[in-house]
Amino acid sequence: MTALTMAKAINAGLRRALAADPKVLLAGEDIGKLGGVFRVTEGLQAEFGPDRVVDSPLAESGIVGTSLGLALRGYRPVVEIQFDGFTWPAFDQLVSQVARLHFRSHGRLTVPMVVRIPYGGGIGAIEHHSESPEAYFAHTPGLLVVSPATAGDAYWMIQQAIAADDPVVFLEPKRRYHERGEVDTAATPLPLHQARVVKAGTDATLIGYGPMVRTCVEAAIAAAGEGRNLEVIDLRSISPLDDDTVLTSVARTGRAIVVHEAAGSFGVGAEVAARIQERCFYALQAPVLRVTGYDLPYPPSRVEDDFLPDLDRVLDAVDRSLAY
Amino acid sequence: MSITPGEEFVQLLDPAGNAVHHPSFADDSTPAELAADLRDMVLARRIDTEATALQRKGELGLWPPMLGQEAAQIGSARAVGPLDEVVPSYREHGVAWCLGVDPVDLLRTFRGTAMVDWDSRALRFHLYSFVIGTQTLHAVGIAMGMQRDGVVGNPDPAANGAAMVYFGDGATSQGDVNEAMIFAASYAAPVVFFCQNNQWAISEPISLQSRIPLYRRAAGFGFPGIRVDGNDVLAVKAVTRWALERARRGEGPTLIEAYTYRMGAHTTSDDPTKYRRAAELQEWRAKDPIERLRTHLLRIGAIDEHWLAGLETESEALAERLRAGCVALTGDGLGDWFERAHAETPPGLLAQREEYLAYADSFEDAR
Repeated sequence: MTALTMAKAINAGLRRALAADPKVLLAGEDIGKLGGVFRVTEGLQAEFGPDRVVDSPLAESGIVGTSLGLALRGYRPVVEIQFDGFTWPAFDQLVSQVARLHFRSHGRLTVPMVVRIPYGGGIGAIEHHSESPEAYFAHTPGLLVVSPATAGDAYWMIQQAIAADDPVVFLEPKRRYHERGEVDTAATPLPLHQARVVKAGTDATLIGYGPMVRTCVEAAIAAAGEGRNLEVIDLRSISPLDDDTVLTSVARTGRAIVVHEAAGSFGVGAEVAARIQERCFYALQAPVLRVTGYDLPYPPSRVEDDFLPDLDRVLDAVDRSLAY
Repeated sequence: MSITPGEEFVQLLDPAGNAVHHPSFADDSTPAELAADLRDMVLARRIDTEATALQRKGELGLWPPMLGQEAAQIGSARAVGPLDEVVPSYREHGVAWCLGVDPVDLLRTFRGTAMVDWDSRALRFHLYSFVIGTQTLHAVGIAMGMQRDGVVGNPDPAANGAAMVYFGDGATSQGDVNEAMIFAASYAAPVVFFCQNNQWAISEPISLQSRIPLYRRAAGFGFPGIRVDGNDVLAVKAVTRWALERARRGEGPTLIEAYTYRMGAHTTSDDPTKYRRAAELQEWRAKDPIERLRTHLLRIGAIDEHWLAGLETESEALAERLRAGCVALTGDGLGDWFERAHAETPPGLLAQREEYLAYADSFEDAR
């Protein structure tokens, strides 16, 4: 076991994938000599060469579209979109082409592509640098969407995503890039699309993913001081959702609160809440609540702390849930 | 004047400050006008370096320096007429200065206290765009509007306008920029594509974006392209005036490649020592846009040391105003943003605002 930051853990996972399979290649803006603006690919071009760690022209649609072609030739492209807000020039390639090729080819063709996107807010950035785009991709059949919350998960999940034969949108919570966590390179990892109970509890279930898992855990620790025993689930995979882990928990606690940074309306929380009420209706002691970003474009960074779910907003929702 | 797309690099003032003859372009500025150009270049650089310093002190979250691009920006902005509209990228601090944007307003979005907060309609200087190349399409649309509004191709030059859009070398790889050029060519839209080729897109050299000089791309789209010494304010001004006049007359788009250099980092978050040679920066320091104009103006007697001392005093005062203005910027609370997402705010969003305000108030009560 070693303690690594999430950024270093993803770097280590990419290095291992590059070493294990000569068909794996990385593409993106500034990922070579610079090592990416977050240094996630630092040192990889020096180690594996410019044919396998490719600096791309400044064109996101081009990066994803050409990676689809590389996938058709048997490569396993791992592309980096520099910031969440720059994903949209590639949106057409992702939802119209990458997501559908398996279906369009009657199952004959696969697109084993990973699209790495640093996402989410909390770093004091200017606009287009704090977006949470997961719902768009989760709403697109054919795409898988995952988001690690810890360094250890990031290390394994990036390798599992690369090994998957379906395209995976790999959302990296950039505000957690520099947080350290234990990475066990000899462990047997959880399956990519399985959620994890991070903290067991009995009174209510907090459900988060990516950057909000830590927020949920901190809320649960604070609530414990008031005699409340909260369960925390890290979804890890947004699409597909691990229904069993969520439903088993909520069937026991009777209360659920879903937390994400993205706007609440039509978001991941809405889907999780719908599934819970469909399948756990009689176990529910309170409506499923959502703690999310407001239905606004991401605001100026000086007010992002008010916009983003935090410990207090989560605990406020816990109070409301328990008051039912 | 007739220009072929293959026209050589236009330069009217060499790096040593000597006038250069060009067969097609000449500068007809008076010494006083040239002194005004130097003043604006010096003040724009001061705004830029002061903003970089404010970021280093933690007063700004980020700043994208334009250091080294003063001639490209001041020279092109000088060519803007009263009916023209200017569409910037996010590094056009010098253009903003020339077109009357209060430099304190430039800082707001980088301080995180606002979105892009200036009166873009009144100033005819549109909002900064942070998604690479997107604004080129908007500029073509503005130009298409001008065609429909009858402000193009009138016999009276004073009745005509055009759009000018700024973007960088990296942006030329984007689909949007290529689509913008196709639309502009198809409709002969009155737009000037002003590309500041500063040689670097963060860590990526121009050779990764283009295997031919960028100005030559215009030929493929079917309109003139021209490369100008972007560190020569005289040449930039002359070429931009020519291109804007063509557009206003209804002769269609032009691509100007202002060949310059990003002397600073991409942004204050960037560390160029990781990817470019120190010697390259030294080579470009010798071509500094301000130095060559200062040398030239001193030589022709348009300015003297007394004038320069006055400019230094003015520059100090501007820097002080910027520092004081920056730290005084506070911005609105989150509650003020709920009615800015839609022209007509949906009731559900107003309800969210009320919930937010009540929640925020509950903390005030607890204090």
